Amino acid sequence: MELLRFATAGSVDDGKSTLIGRLLYDTKSIFQDQLESVERTSQQMGNEYTNLALLTDGLRAEREQGITIDVAYRYFATPRRKFIIADTPGHIQYTRNMVTGASTADLALVLVDVRKGAVEQSRRHAFLASLLRIPHLVVCVNKMDLVDFDRDAYEKAKAEFREFAMKLDINDLTFIPVSALHGDNIVERSLNTPWYEGTSLLHHLEEVHIASDRNLVDARFPVQYVIRPQTDEHHDYRGYAGTVVGGVFKPGDEVMVLPSGFTTTIASVDTFDGPVDEAFAPMSVTIRLTDDLDVSRGDMICRPNNQPLAGQDIDAMLCWMSEASPLTPRTKLAIKHTTRSARAMVTDLRYRLDVNTLHRDESATSLGLNEIGRVSLRCTQPLFFDEYRRNRSTGSFVLIDETTNATVAAGMILGES
Amino acid sequence: MTATFSSASYELSHLGYLEAESIHVFREVAAEFERPCLLFSGGKDSIVMLRLAVRAFAPAHLPFPVMHVDTGHNFPEVIEFRDRCIAEAGARLVVASVQKSIDEGRVTEETGPRASRNRLQTTTLLDTVAEHGFDALFGGARRDEEKARAKERVYSFRDEFGQWDPKNQRPEVWSLYNGRIRGGEHIRVFPISNWTELDVWQYIQSEGVEIPGVYYAHDRPVFERDGMLLAESPFIEQLPGEHVATRRVRYRTVGDMSCTGAVESAATTIDQVIEEVSATRITERGATRADDRVSEAAMEDRKKEGYF
Repeated sequence: MELLRFATAGSVDDGKSTLIGRLLYDTKSIFQDQLESVERTSQQMGNEYTNLALLTDGLRAEREQGITIDVAYRYFATPRRKFIIADTPGHIQYTRNMVTGASTADLALVLVDVRKGAVEQSRRHAFLASLLRIPHLVVCVNKMDLVDFDRDAYEKAKAEFREFAMKLDINDLTFIPVSALHGDNIVERSLNTPWYEGTSLLHHLEEVHIASDRNLVDARFPVQYVIRPQTDEHHDYRGYAGTVVGGVFKPGDEVMVLPSGFTTTIASVDTFDGPVDEAFAPMSVTIRLTDDLDVSRGDMICRPNNQPLAGQDIDAMLCWMSEASPLTPRTKLAIKHTTRSARAMVTDLRYRLDVNTLHRDESATSLGLNEIGRVSLRCTQPLFFDEYRRNRSTGSFVLIDETTNATVAAGMILGES
Repeated sequence: MTATFSSASYELSHLGYLEAESIHVFREVAAEFERPCLLFSGGKDSIVMLRLAVRAFAPAHLPFPVMHVDTGHNFPEVIEFRDRCIAEAGARLVVASVQKSIDEGRVTEETGPRASRNRLQTTTLLDTVAEHGFDALFGGARRDEEKARAKERVYSFRDEFGQWDPKNQRPEVWSLYNGRIRGGEHIRVFPISNWTELDVWQYIQSEGVEIPGVYYAHDRPVFERDGMLLAESPFIEQLPGEHVATRRVRYRTVGDMSCTGAVESAATTIDQVIEEVSATRITERGATRADDRVSEAAMEDRKKEGYF
């Protein structure tokens, strides 16, 4: 069975919690004791209805304030697929949480109120989904019950959203008219929308083709850990453990190790169960090489005729995540990229992006919490990277404040600077 | 694991995907921390954790020791099982004893029929972490278990008091984990965060891993309290009106005998257990853990103190 990870973003009024509650409830993924606990708490809080948001708002502060603060992960399954939902708050002050949820998602679910169309919040969510290169975007045009399931209202909201989405880099865009409250087109196709020719949301989630979203062309293997048993039985064993983040690796393949640039061949691709014929993303394996080379954590194994970019100067989009202080150029930070750690300095803030209007402010001199901008970065040692749009693993990095140890930024590489 | 991927289409099954993600986390910690340690209770989640750790570093031995926080209120068959498992994995065992913490006056034993050593474990755990200088502790917590855990990171930062601060968690993007800490602080690492109870059982089935007998249906003298079936044992007093009777039960979680409940069951094989888990309408902690029933935020509050 295949696994699909999807991210949702939304705030109190747009029906996101109701939608998730509906998916979980109708797929029998909410347990009786969870539901009873939510019903009890709803009554205590004086809610007139069972507040399904309480299922996901797990922290004391969230329940007290009636808001979602952090990413909550939810799990459900149907006979066809297993699903992991990264459920994130939708307000602008939680952009970093949305970025977190979106970073590992195969699909993003954006809600649009049919009466309001593509308002600022929905546009922002769609923009973040495109920035984080989530391969599939599903727009649920919600609250169809409030417009009597009127086709024209749906088409108008859809056209408006599509026009905005043209400005973004989105590969696969799907619209579904729904009523989360009443369950229309969530699990089953609704009789209230006979004019709608697509499938229900759940059916789409079960069927959307994700296997080809991975990069199976550019072979990339960042060395994570060197396995040397130092036992009598495996005296000469030296294996390079890691996760394949692109392409396919097979025994006999000619490979190059960076930064040294030496070429050799793969002797075997090992797992606990023994050697395998090939490894592809996202398998965790151990590669042995034919020649005895000096290879260590942070090195990159690739193909000699298909190498990643290498360099110390990087052009990237940054989402600033620090509450403590804004990003200002020349600040020195730690960078973590694949399995490689170094130090880095933002040498130039090229512009700050308004996540609502996509306006580029080139006069900006700093990035505050939740702000997104394009920067030039200088690292203390070369990184081996690809454009984020080609590879979400070799194209991403985090920046860490060396005094507080806080993760202060998520970065997506555009290319060499 | 065998038969988890079909190489013709380059597709991983959900268990293959989860396994790869967990192994990545184990290796990342081994590479970046000086003194990691794996928490092991003998329960199904820690059995899967140990299995994944062995897979991550094969053919080498585990590059870290294994810790059991021993409340002294164990199922005897689980202790015997623990020792065998750890010996097979070629790992070194560190036992953190709650009894020793009580004897040394570090904690005070609760008394009465509802006494439990569950909460005392936190002190014993943190003392052992300090004594050995562990900077990363692998735990088998899963996000589907409980709503505070649903919000916890894979790398969960703990300050010098072992406390978790849910409002100040490090953003965790892609699979880039920030393990930077200062002296005295540590990270709790949860490699199976994204697994569900059913995933754990399916993995045990597909790997053919042995689990303690208490997970299968057996006859046991039990009594009912707060809708749970607790085992009769020297560690727990009955309240007036609580009567012991022998029933056919099994455990969904294995912890301290004084607060872990059994469920009635006829499942004697792994296939039957999976069938039962697939059909159940009650979460495992809701059904069987008295420690989580104290309040809506019982787990969050204990985690803030340094609990698992």
